[in-house]
Amino acid sequence: MNHWIVAPVVLPAILAAIMTLSMRHHPGLQRVFSVAGCVALLAIALGLTVQAAGGGIGVYELGNWPAPFGIVLVLDRLSAVMLLVTAVLALVVLLYAIGTDWDQRGRNFHALWQFQLMGICGAFLTGDAFNLFVFFEVLLIASYGLMIHAGGGRRLKAGVQYVIYNLLGSTLFLFALGTLYAVTGTLNMADLAVRAAEIPVGDGALLRVGAMLLFLVFAIKAALLPLHFWLPNTYAEAPAPVAALFAIMTKIGAYAILRFYTLIFGPDLDVTADLIDEVLLWGALLTLAAGMIGILGARRLGRLAAFASIGSMGTLLIAVAVFTPQSSAAALYYAIHSTLGAALLFLVVDLVRERRGALAGALVPGPRMAQHGMLTALWFGAAIAVAGLPPLSGFVGKLLILDATRDMADVWLIWGAVLATSLVAVLGFAQAGSVVFWKVDARAPVAQAPPQRALPLVAAFGLLAGIVALAVFAGPVMRYLEATAAQLHAPAGYIAAVLGQG
Amino acid sequence: MELLMASAIGVLTAAGLYLVLRLRSFPVIIGLALLTYAVNLFLFASGRLAVDMPPVLRKGVETYTDPLPQALVLTAIVISFGMTAVVVMLALGAYLSAGDDDVSLPPEDDGREGGA
Repeated sequence: MNHWIVAPVVLPAILAAIMTLSMRHHPGLQRVFSVAGCVALLAIALGLTVQAAGGGIGVYELGNWPAPFGIVLVLDRLSAVMLLVTAVLALVVLLYAIGTDWDQRGRNFHALWQFQLMGICGAFLTGDAFNLFVFFEVLLIASYGLMIHAGGGRRLKAGVQYVIYNLLGSTLFLFALGTLYAVTGTLNMADLAVRAAEIPVGDGALLRVGAMLLFLVFAIKAALLPLHFWLPNTYAEAPAPVAALFAIMTKIGAYAILRFYTLIFGPDLDVTADLIDEVLLWGALLTLAAGMIGILGARRLGRLAAFASIGSMGTLLIAVAVFTPQSSAAALYYAIHSTLGAALLFLVVDLVRERRGALAGALVPGPRMAQHGMLTALWFGAAIAVAGLPPLSGFVGKLLILDATRDMADVWLIWGAVLATSLVAVLGFAQAGSVVFWKVDARAPVAQAPPQRALPLVAAFGLLAGIVALAVFAGPVMRYLEATAAQLHAPAGYIAAVLGQG
Repeated sequence: MELLMASAIGVLTAAGLYLVLRLRSFPVIIGLALLTYAVNLFLFASGRLAVDMPPVLRKGVETYTDPLPQALVLTAIVISFGMTAVVVMLALGAYLSAGDDDVSLPPEDDGREGGA
């Protein structure tokens, strides 16, 4: 048994505990350990990705109990690539948080950060539906703490809304799991797939209810319209590094939808065939439209970035809804891009807000900022990436998605929606950018320049470099993702690996 | 017993949902608590209702009830207990810093002062 599979869960958990217990009053030590932990996590994720690239499926039986009885962690290509994205994002954004001193504006930032990573990594690795619920709770509890980091009245209120919304989501998750367990008598994902396939079509009503409830839970996580209401306030009010890390949280919803509706309720399963495809596609189109129009209509940079991430989730979920190997590969590529892009956008917005003093994120002409040209370049890069213009990876991702939907009945609707909303997004970004960066109000009082540090800019440019690299190396990345999608759409290998009937 | 159980879950869920839709944080939290009670009962019932059957192996006992839902409920109770504590503390903090316990965010000013 390969013990490295459990490392992405155990490492942050131990680190967070040590930080809380013995480094409470040593912010410097906390920073060192937190960064070291993220570097180690990145190394582990790289190793696991290389291991999974061979096509084998690694299974880790916790407590050495065999599969349907014990809880398993499963490493396939999809889990590995999501882990890698998480690790890269966490390290870069953590450097940003340290560089801007965001981590010192409240207590226990680093411990919560590590617990958050533990939850995210666990959610990507687990092969058990109830365990997925537990990891969702771990990452949510940590995110509640991070969300209200540094305090403030509006942030606390937004935090209360966020917690209430997610508690409702968790309740729904438990109802879904209870229903599934009552029907199938198991919660192991591979075993669920086997049992669900044995249920005759006529007796599948309860299973369909369970599948639909589960879909709703993941749709809340993925911010699918009309279940997206938690997102704009949360992302706009959360501290910027936290909002940037949350860019991966919506992807967890998309990941869970991909996983469950290829493995368990796959396209070949008659009982639940065509149950969510239409709903997901229409929801995704609406999400896309609402997000991009939100960019145009936003009056503050924070909300603009939040709506941009809703819009990119819409694009991503369109590709997910097609459920073919080609579209899933395109969806994964776009997921990586939109994680980096959304995070970059939040960091740029924060850099601008910090430099504009009392104006903060309001879309009105302000004074000339410190490092004005550099920030303008970053905004330009982020806007090109998120709106999906060439030459960055957003363009490649959208092209792949358009190509994957070419044979669908609704192709003109999908193409029209994606292209038209891209134009709206470009307009929105151009409008916001010209107000903030171009129309410099010479009479406005010059905001006091904050201490100039290199690290935040390095982190932001690092994310931009990641987006460029994703576009330059689109070929090799797509080869890996196509293999991932092929593995995802042939669930027999996963089931055999987990249940040991190889 | 099935009728009693089912109606209890239904009533708890309905009452919980009604309270969650209120605008003040206190009823919302009570509503969330009711919803978690409902879901705990629901999970418990998902392993079939049985009377006088132990969930663990014991000498001289022939029939058992499914132990897994009991373990699931235990986990769910612990998590929901912790979460209720978190949301109470958070709501209290929001109440103290904003001066009211309204769940909705106050409308933003005209965009010329701080904030997001």
